[in-house]
Amino acid sequence: MEVVNSFFVTPSSSRLKGIWSWLLTTDHKRIGLMYLYSILFWFLLAVLLGGFIRLELMFPGETFISPEVYNSLFTLHGVIMIFLFIIPALPAVFGNFFLPIQIGTDDVFFPKLNLLSWYLYMAGGIIAVISLFSDGFPDTGWTFYVPFSISTNTNVSTAVFAAFVLGMASMLTGLNFITTIHRMRKKNMGWMQIPLFTWSLYATSWVQLLATPVVSITLLLVMIERYIGVGLFDPAKGGDPILYQHLFWMYSHPAVYIMILPGMGVISEIIPVFSRKSIFGYKAIVASSMAIAVAGSLVWAHHMYTSGMSDTAVFVFSLLTFVVAIPSAIKVFSWVATLYKGSIQMAPPLFLSLCFIYLFSVGGLTGLVLGAAGTDIYVHDTHFVVAHFHFTMFGGTGFAFFAALYYWWPKMFGRMYDFKKAYIGAILLTGGFMFHYVPMFILGLQGMPRRYFDYLPQYAKGNFFAGFGAAFMIIGIFLLVINLLLTLRKPMDASSDPWGGTTLEWQTPSPPPLHNFVKEPVVLDYPYDFTGVVKKYAKNTKGE
Amino acid sequence: MKSLNTQHFFEYKILINVLLTLLALTGITVIASYIDLGKMNVWIALFIASIKGSFILFFFMHMKYEGRVLVLSFLGTVFFLGIMISFTFWDVGFR
Repeated sequence: MEVVNSFFVTPSSSRLKGIWSWLLTTDHKRIGLMYLYSILFWFLLAVLLGGFIRLELMFPGETFISPEVYNSLFTLHGVIMIFLFIIPALPAVFGNFFLPIQIGTDDVFFPKLNLLSWYLYMAGGIIAVISLFSDGFPDTGWTFYVPFSISTNTNVSTAVFAAFVLGMASMLTGLNFITTIHRMRKKNMGWMQIPLFTWSLYATSWVQLLATPVVSITLLLVMIERYIGVGLFDPAKGGDPILYQHLFWMYSHPAVYIMILPGMGVISEIIPVFSRKSIFGYKAIVASSMAIAVAGSLVWAHHMYTSGMSDTAVFVFSLLTFVVAIPSAIKVFSWVATLYKGSIQMAPPLFLSLCFIYLFSVGGLTGLVLGAAGTDIYVHDTHFVVAHFHFTMFGGTGFAFFAALYYWWPKMFGRMYDFKKAYIGAILLTGGFMFHYVPMFILGLQGMPRRYFDYLPQYAKGNFFAGFGAAFMIIGIFLLVINLLLTLRKPMDASSDPWGGTTLEWQTPSPPPLHNFVKEPVVLDYPYDFTGVVKKYAKNTKGE
Repeated sequence: MKSLNTQHFFEYKILINVLLTLLALTGITVIASYIDLGKMNVWIALFIASIKGSFILFFFMHMKYEGRVLVLSFLGTVFFLGIMISFTFWDVGFR
C-alpha cells in the first residue's frame, strides 16, 4: 500500500497548527482521541477513589477517612464512573473513531456538533470538579434521590448541573450517529451489511436521544426544588417523592443499556475475527440490539420495588424485566456458538472478550435475582446489588472498553503492543475482579447494606478479602493502560490489518488518513465473510 | 432518498388558518376548564393539547411533508413518551 500521511499529521483544517489543530478540529478521529484522553483521566481518577473506599472498608471502624469524606467518595466514584466514563466511553471514543470508517464515509454528518459535544463533555467534567471545591462535597450518591438531595446543605446543585451538561453532550452524540448511519453509509451498504458495532451504536443512539432528556428535566426539577421549593416531590405540598424515582430511572435504567450495548457490539466484532469464522446469528444479534433498546426502556421501576410503588406495578415491572434477559442471552449464545469449532487465534482482545462473556453472564444472571420482586426485597440496597452492577458494568462495559482498546489500538495509533504485559494485566484484572466482587455477593446475601461507612463484626472477613482483590484489580488496570501508552515511544509498526478483520476499518492504513480511505473500500455482501482471510492466512503458513 | 436541500414553502393563508385554529382551541381549553366533568377534565385538556401539538408538528415543523424515516422516528418518540407517562400514572392509580 502506498505511503500516506495519517490524520495525526494532517489537520482537518490545514491552517490550524499545534494544539489548535486538535482543539478546533472537526475530524471525527481526533475528536475520538480527545475523548479517549479525557475519559482515561476520569476513569483512572474514579478507580483510585474506588480504591480508597475499599481500603476504608477493609477494617471495621474509621481506618483513614471520616464518614463525611466516605459519603463524598462513593458519590464521586459513582458520578464520575457513570457520567464521565461508562456512558461516553465506547460511543464517544470508538464510536466517533470507527463508526464513519465502518460505514465507508469520511466523517460524521455534523462534524461541528461533534466538537461541541466534546466541549460540553469537558464543561460537564469541569463543573463536576467545581462542585467538589465549593460548599462541601456532594453526598447523595449518584442517584440524587429526593428528599435528601433537596434538603442537604452540600453542593448538590452544581453536581446536578454537571450531569445536565453531560447529558447534552450524550444527546448530541446520539443525534449525530443516527443521522450519520442513515445518511452517509456507502451507497452499496444495505442495513444487513452494517457491522455489528455500528448496529449497536445505532440502538444506543436512539436510547441516548429518547431517554436523556428525561433525566435532564428531572435534574433541573431538583434544582428548582432546591431554589424555589415548588413541592413537586413533597407530599406536604401535594407532590410525590416516588415520582422523582420514576423520572430518574426512566433515564438511568435505559442508561445501563447505553453503557452495555456498544460493549456487546465490540465483542461481536472481536469474537468472529479471532475465531476466523462468520458470526453466528448476525440478524439475531441485530434484532436483539434493537430489542434491548426497546425492552430496556420499559423496565425502569425494577429499581423501586421497596420504594412504596403499587404491588401491581411491582408485578408488571418484574415480568418485563425478565423479558430483557432474552435478547441479552441471544447475544451470549451467539458469541459462544461463533467460537464453537472456530480456528481460534488467542490474542489479548479475545482474552478480554472471553473474560467479558463470563463476567457479564454472572452479572446478568444475578440481575434476575434482583429482577424477581420476591428475592429483590431480601437483597435490595445490600452489597449484592453493588456486586451485581459491577459485574455487568465493569465486568461488561469496562472489559469491553479494554477489549476495544486492545483490538483497535494498532489501527488508531499504528503501533502494536506487548502481548505478555497485556495478558498479565488482563489476568490480574480478572482475578482481582473476582476476589473483589464475589465476597460482596456473599456479604450482600448475609445482609450487609451498601453505602455504609462501618459494619458489624460478622462482615469483617469478606470486606478484608475484597480489599486484596481491589488491589490486584487496580494494578491490572494500570498495567493494561501503561502497556498501551509505552507503545507511543516506538515507531509505527502495525500493518493495515494485523488481526485479519473483514470490516472496512481494516481496509485503510494504520493510522487512517484524514479522509479515512486511500482507495474506495470494498463492501462485502456479508460483513463477516472470512473466506478471503482464511485463504490469505493459509497462504502465509505455507510460505507462499 | 429525498434531496437534503428540499424545502417547503407555505402560503400565508395556510399559516394564518393554523394560527387561528390554535387560538380557537386555546379558547375551547379555557372554556372546558370551567365546566366540572370530574376526572374527564384532565383528559379533555390533554386531548385538545394533543390536537394543537399535532397542528404545530404538521405545519409549523413541516412533518406533513417529511419522509417515512422522520415520521417513524417521531412516532417512536411519542410511543416512548406515552409509555413513560402512562406507566407512571398507572402505578399511582393502583397504589
